[in-house]
Amino acid sequence: MKLNTNSNAYIIIYSAILVVIVAFLLAFVYQALKPMQDANVALDVKKQILYSLNIRDLDGSAAEAKYAEVVKAEKEIDGQKVYECQIDGKDILVASLKGMGLWGGISGYIAINGDDTVYGAYFNHESETAGLGAEIKDSQAWQEKFIGKKIYDADGNVVLSVVKKVESPDTQVDCVTGATLTSNGVDAMIKDCLKNVKKSKEE
Amino acid sequence: MALFSKQNKEVFTNPLNLDHPILGQVLGICSALAVTSQLKPAIVMGLAVTVITAFANVIISIIRNTIPNRIRIVVQLVVVAALVTIVSQILKAFAYDVSVQLSVYVGLIITNCILMGRLEAFAMQNKPWPSFLDGVGNGLGYAMVLVIVGAVRELLGRGSLLGFQIIPDACYDFGYVNNGMMTMPAMALILVGCVIWVHRAYFYKEK
Repeated sequence: MKLNTNSNAYIIIYSAILVVIVAFLLAFVYQALKPMQDANVALDVKKQILYSLNIRDLDGSAAEAKYAEVVKAEKEIDGQKVYECQIDGKDILVASLKGMGLWGGISGYIAINGDDTVYGAYFNHESETAGLGAEIKDSQAWQEKFIGKKIYDADGNVVLSVVKKVESPDTQVDCVTGATLTSNGVDAMIKDCLKNVKKSKEE
Repeated sequence: MALFSKQNKEVFTNPLNLDHPILGQVLGICSALAVTSQLKPAIVMGLAVTVITAFANVIISIIRNTIPNRIRIVVQLVVVAALVTIVSQILKAFAYDVSVQLSVYVGLIITNCILMGRLEAFAMQNKPWPSFLDGVGNGLGYAMVLVIVGAVRELLGRGSLLGFQIIPDACYDFGYVNNGMMTMPAMALILVGCVIWVHRAYFYKEK
């Protein structure tokens, strides 16, 4: 018997069966690999936190061990994660940042000294332009520009900012050339996320 | 038909030279430009495309007689999308760093014209085994260009290969500077152009 592969009934049944098979297959693969993927994502977060603490050359279990050694506690303030860390006997607070870049979300971690200056910073992005906006993640030199900057003024307002023209080098960081909008996103993200951290510190 | 008859050999070697997907047919350029700034993602991307093309070819070839003609592109897309998703999940589980670097381009293999081209032009008409060879051949052809371009870009742009520093520190002391242009996508286009030029000049023979 030769099937008529062009009849409507055949097409509908064929596509339905195909889609069901594929759906089961994908669901199975997803479930089977999920634990490993979650472990990878968790390790990636830990590595990013270590990056913000200027520990950049560790991988895998070494990063895991270092993280356990450095990070003492993990808190959540209004949905924002804050990590209490200790390096060489100094107490350092790492705040997680979340904001909007040009094409998609950006995120980051900023490590704060006891006297409210920046200890280190790391930024990540979802889909900024390679070579321009992506420099916030790729350029270690740019992230290191944040080190030592003052974050708050006397009234507790966030004064750390990313600007085109640096006028007060104590608090301002030069933005990435060719990536003004992404840099503005970083600026807004810092202002937005760090104001809560100050309040929580005082409490 | 023998597994490696003359005909099958041609199916496998043609895409490596005469019908090369990138150099001959100029397909799949978009991803070739995007993922070649370093060698490692280029190799992984090449492997991923090879595996996906080969298996998509085999699957389509096996079910080619049952596929309704009117929805054949849809069926091809479903098969390719399923394979790409599986590969992307596997990369996330076993090579997380690379999958982050490749970002959207793994997903974009779905729209890679090499794949659709091979399915439509070859797998729909041929038996599974030649289709498999055709897929592997085309995938390797694609991977070959990615690896060449990736190696040149990483060597000149960062002074390293696969992350290991190749150019000695002494050169930097004498004033050698990495060519930042090489890490930009535009240079990949120029390099692909050079590869096509060399290929046409020295390896390409008209039948």
